[in-house]
Amino acid sequence: MIGIDLPVIWAFIIAFAVFVYVVMDGFDLGLGILFPLFPEKRDRDVIMNSVAPVWDGNETWLVLGGGGLMAAFPLAYAILMPALYTPMIVMLLGLVFRGVAFEFRWRTTKERNKWDIAFAGGSLLATLAQGIALGAILQGIHVSGRAYAGGWWDWLTPFSILTGVALVIGYALLGATWLVMKTEGELRDRAYRLSWTLLMAMLGAIGAVSAATPFLSLQYTQRWFTFPNIVLTAPVPVAVAAVTALLLRSLANKYDYQPFFLTLALFALSYAGLGISMYPYIVPQSVTIWQAAAPENSQVFMLFGVAVLIPLILGYTAWAYWVFRGKVDPESGYH
Amino acid sequence: MFEGWDAVVLARAQFAFTMSFHIIFPAFSIGLASYLAVLEALWLWTGREVFINLFNYWLKIFAVAFGMGVVSGIVMSYQFGTNWSAFSDKVGPVIGPLMAYEVLTAFFLEAGFLGVMLFGLQRVGPKLHFLATLMVAIGTLISAFWILSANSWMQTPTGHAINADGQFIAVDWLKVIFNPSFPYRLVHMVLAAYLTTALVVGAVGAYHLLRDRHLAGPRVMFSMAMWMATVVAPLQILAGDQHGLNTLEHQPVKIMAMEGHFTSHKDGAPLILFGWPNQSAGRMDYAIEVPKLGSMILKHSPDAPMAGLDTVPRENWPPVAITFWSFRIMVGMGLLMLALGAFSLLMRIQGKLYDSRLLYLFAVAMAPSGFIAVLAGWITTETGRQPFTVYGLLRTVDSASPLAAPAVASSLIAFIIVYFLVFTAGVIYLLRLMAAPPHPGEEGPRSDIPARAAGITPAAGAVAEGAAR
Repeated sequence: MIGIDLPVIWAFIIAFAVFVYVVMDGFDLGLGILFPLFPEKRDRDVIMNSVAPVWDGNETWLVLGGGGLMAAFPLAYAILMPALYTPMIVMLLGLVFRGVAFEFRWRTTKERNKWDIAFAGGSLLATLAQGIALGAILQGIHVSGRAYAGGWWDWLTPFSILTGVALVIGYALLGATWLVMKTEGELRDRAYRLSWTLLMAMLGAIGAVSAATPFLSLQYTQRWFTFPNIVLTAPVPVAVAAVTALLLRSLANKYDYQPFFLTLALFALSYAGLGISMYPYIVPQSVTIWQAAAPENSQVFMLFGVAVLIPLILGYTAWAYWVFRGKVDPESGYH
Repeated sequence: MFEGWDAVVLARAQFAFTMSFHIIFPAFSIGLASYLAVLEALWLWTGREVFINLFNYWLKIFAVAFGMGVVSGIVMSYQFGTNWSAFSDKVGPVIGPLMAYEVLTAFFLEAGFLGVMLFGLQRVGPKLHFLATLMVAIGTLISAFWILSANSWMQTPTGHAINADGQFIAVDWLKVIFNPSFPYRLVHMVLAAYLTTALVVGAVGAYHLLRDRHLAGPRVMFSMAMWMATVVAPLQILAGDQHGLNTLEHQPVKIMAMEGHFTSHKDGAPLILFGWPNQSAGRMDYAIEVPKLGSMILKHSPDAPMAGLDTVPRENWPPVAITFWSFRIMVGMGLLMLALGAFSLLMRIQGKLYDSRLLYLFAVAMAPSGFIAVLAGWITTETGRQPFTVYGLLRTVDSASPLAAPAVASSLIAFIIVYFLVFTAGVIYLLRLMAAPPHPGEEGPRSDIPARAAGITPAAGAVAEGAAR
C-alpha cells in the first residue's frame, strides 16, 4: 500500500459517515425539537409523516459512524466512549424514546400525547447530548496509556453546553426548512417564520462557538490565525457569509427547496471548520489518526466493502427519498 | 451489601439486560420478514386475497417489532465503547470490521427498503414493492450472518494474531469469519428465529380459530405455522445436537457446565437430567441422572471417558448453575415444539387440523416458547464462555472500561426504567394488534390509521375511510 495513507482515507470515511448522519438525522431530530411549537394533532401527523418512511435509514448512519470508528480506529473509540459516557447514554435513551414514538403514537389515542412528548423530549435530549459530546471532544480529553484518564463529569463545561445548545438550534433550523420544503399552507408559513428566527439564532451560535474555540487550545489558534494557514482557512468564514446571504434571500423569496439545502451548506461549512481545527488528531491533543488506526489489514479489508457498498447505499437511499418525494399535503393529497 | 458489585459486574448486568431485550426482536423480525416475503410472493403468484390480507396484518406487527429492534440495537452498538472499552481497543481490529460489514450490507438494506415496504405499495406498484420486502428479509438474514460470525469468533477464535499493543489482529479473514463454531451457530439461530415466528403466528391463528374456526386468514396462518413446527422443530434439535458436538470439541469447559459434570468419569458419564449445581463445593447436589447416557449422547459410546470441571482450574469455571439450567430450559422448549409439530401432523393426516381445540390451546400456550428458548440458549452460550470475552484469550475483567461503579450503576438503572416503560408499551400494542383477527380488505398501516394513508398523505386515508362508509 505504498503511497496510500490508509488512516487518512479512513478519517475521511468516518468523517463522511458522521456528516451524512448529521445531515440526514439532523432534520428529523429537528422536527422533534419543533414538535412542541405545533400543538395540533393534524400538524403533528403531517410532520411525522414527512419523515416516517426514511428516519430509520437516517439513523443507520449513526451506527456506521460508531461501528466504523470501532473498526478503523479502535483506540479512539475505546478512549472517546468512556470519556463521553453520560452524554452517550443520554443520547441512546433519547433515541430509544423517539424511535419507538414513530410507531407507537399511531397505535393509541389515549396515550398519543405521551408519545408526542417522548418524540419531542427524546429528540431534544439526543441532540443536546450529541452537541455536548462534540464540545467535550473539542476541548480535549485526558488520556493515559491506552485509556481514558479523566473524570466522570469532564464532559460538562460551559463550552460543551454552548455546543449542545448550538446543535439544538442548528437541527431545529434544518427541521424548519425541511417543513418549508415538504408542507403547504399555514403549516409552511409558520415554518418560514420559524426559519427566520432560528437562522438568526444559528448565526449567533456559529459566531459564539467560533469565537470560543481558539481559546481552547493553542493548536486551534495557530490553525486559524497564523500565516500561511490563514490563507487556506479564510475561505471558510467567507463562504459562511455568502451562504448566509443566499439563505436570507431564499427565505425572503419564500423558495421551497433552497432554504433546506442552503442550511445543509451551512452545516457542511461548520463541519469543515471542525475538521480544520482537529486534524490530524482524532482525540484532540492526545491521539492522532495514525496512533489510533487499526492494523492495515483491518482497514484494507473494510475499504473494499466501503468502496462498493457506500455508492450502492447512497443509490437506494436516494431512490427511497424519490419514492416519497413532494409535498405532504393534508388538503389536496394524492388520490 | 453490594460488595462484589463492582463496575465489571454492573457492566455485565447491563449488557445481559440490554441484550436480553434486544435479542427478542431480531429473533422475531428475522422470521417475520421472511414470512412476509413468502406471503407477498404467494399473493403475487396466486392472486388470492387472503395472502395480501395476511401480509398487511403481519406488516403492522412487523413495523412495531422492527422499530423496537432498531432502537435497542443502536444501544448495543455503542455499549461496546461505553462499558467495554478495553475490549473494543483489543478486539476492535477483528470484530469491528465484521460489525461494520453488518451495518453496510444489512442494516442499510433493511432500513433503506423498510419505508417502501411499509408505506410504498401504492407508489411503486406490487412488483417493486415485493422487491423491497425481499430486500428487508434478505437484510435480516445478512445481519444474522455477520453478528453471529462476530459472536462465534469470540467463542472459537481462529485466524488471528496479537500485536505489540496487545490488540488482536486478523491474519486470515476467511478463518476469522468462518470460524469453527460459526456454521453451527448461524444455522441454529436462523432456525430458532423461524421457529419463534412460526410459534407466534400459529398461536395468533389458533387464538382466533378458537372463537371461529372458519376464519380464512387464521386458518392459513395456523396451517403454515404448524407445517413450520413439524418440519423445523426436528431439524432444530438435530442442528442443536451437532452444535453441541462442535462445542465439545472447541469449548469443552462450556459443555461440562451445561451437563453439570463437576467430576470426571473414566468409564462413561451419566446424563444429569436435573440437579442443583453447587459451585463452591464443586459438586452436583440432588442429581437425578441416567447412567452412561451422557457419554452416549456426546461421544456416541456408553463407556467413553468424559473430563469434568475438576480437570479445569477454578478461576476458569463458568457460572455452572446458570449455564446448566438455561440449557435445560432451552432443550425443554425444543421438546415441546417437537411435540406440537408432531401433534399437528397427526391431526393433519387425519384431516382434523382445524377440529382440535386441544391443538389450538396447545398452540396458544406455546406462543412465548420460541422467545424463552432463544433467551435461554443465548444465556447458555454466553455464560458458558465466561470468565472470558474471547474464549481462553481475553478475560472479562480485562475487557471493561475504566469506569467507577456509580457511573455504570446509574446508567443500568436508567436503562431498566426506560426499557420497561418503552417495551411494556410496545408489547401491549403488539398484543392489541394480534388480538384483532385479520379481516378481508385488511389494508396494512393505511386504512385503519387514516393519518398514514397513501404512504405519507393523511388526506387520502380520510377519503378512503369516508368512501368505505
